[in-house]
Amino acid sequence: MDLTVTNLAVGRGGVPVLAGVSFALAPGEVLVLRGPNGAGKTTLLRSIAGLQEPMAGQVAGAEDRIAYAAHADGLKSALTVAENLAFWAAVFEQTGIDQALSAFDLHDLQDRRAGQLSAGQKRRLGLARLVVTGRPVWVLDEPTVSLDAASVALFAQAVRAHLAAGGSALIATHIDLGLDARVLDVTPYRAALGAVASSDEVFL
Amino acid sequence: MRALLIRDLRLALRAGGGFGLGLAFFLIVVVLVPFSVGPAPELLTRIAPGVLWLGALLACLLSLDRLLAVDWEDGALDLLATSPLPLEGVVAIKAVAHWITTGLPLVLAAPVLGVLLNLAPAGYGVLVLSLLLGTPALSMIGAFGAALTVGIKRGGLLLSLLVLPLYVPTLIFGAEAARRGAEGLDPGTPLLMLAGITGAVLALMPFAAGAVLRVNLR
Repeated sequence: MDLTVTNLAVGRGGVPVLAGVSFALAPGEVLVLRGPNGAGKTTLLRSIAGLQEPMAGQVAGAEDRIAYAAHADGLKSALTVAENLAFWAAVFEQTGIDQALSAFDLHDLQDRRAGQLSAGQKRRLGLARLVVTGRPVWVLDEPTVSLDAASVALFAQAVRAHLAAGGSALIATHIDLGLDARVLDVTPYRAALGAVASSDEVFL
Repeated sequence: MRALLIRDLRLALRAGGGFGLGLAFFLIVVVLVPFSVGPAPELLTRIAPGVLWLGALLACLLSLDRLLAVDWEDGALDLLATSPLPLEGVVAIKAVAHWITTGLPLVLAAPVLGVLLNLAPAGYGVLVLSLLLGTPALSMIGAFGAALTVGIKRGGLLLSLLVLPLYVPTLIFGAEAARRGAEGLDPGTPLLMLAGITGAVLALMPFAAGAVLRVNLR
């Protein structure tokens, strides 16, 4: 099943940011989002992940199929690496965290508290969460922040394994992951100010 | 859902989880009241049910601002919102975890602290029963308040102001039941009212909190 985005307009705080975004993402495909800071990549990803309502347009094939990863990893520093992963596995009704641990080389760290990890190790743990969700569409916002070259390679390998298993990925990133990816530059979709007059900033 | 409850309990009990904050506050309030009121055992007996209820309510209020703020700050709330768990369920579970780590210890500590306030012997049973019936509503209303103020820096003040009026009915009927119990009167009516309030809060508040949270996560 494809993830299909049709004529999507998204905004932040009632101000339209992007308009008229359309693309389709088939299983086994990866789409890389490009654009300067503040272009609206994060807002677009949050809308596709269902965290905010789009101002116009439709997102199809996203319901209960998306694993979202943002700038914050949502780790609990008082829990160990294994406990953090096991929690997310249980939330997504999956079993087994071994595959995720080995995909991101976390086996040696699994009994460490997440609070004691370095920034790069935390990021790896945050990305390992994607594997335990078992969801087919990964929506990732700058996944390689604070990763070193070796970890970026690990991440690219994990994405490749995910694609090979019939998954797809939508990634906002600025570095070349060495993936056979389509690139979507969001700059041309920048919304003219006031283009969408109606605001969704009503309370409830 | 169970995984979230277990995680929250585990986090609360580990170092830095804030378990015991409410209990310590309750203890301090109840210990200090006799000093401020003065050596008047009869007066203490009379005000004991009210003071215990007020102390428990304020202790509950104290730990509310971390209820959702922690998960908001580290991004876990966004991830939970995109998970299969409904947000209503997430908030309800958070309230249950808050009650187990804050409300329940207060219920268990209240009879011990009642001794310090010279509570009438007849009042202990009803006091515990009224707190047991009332504190779940405090946690659930608090979770609603936390959902309203999530994402606001230093939202604790706003949270207290929003939640305080919603706490009033529970306080009135809870303290009234405890007072009647202590004076040997029939506490049935206020206990029923208290149970009714708690039942309504538990039934409706998760939906209100879930809706508010969805707006705040945008």
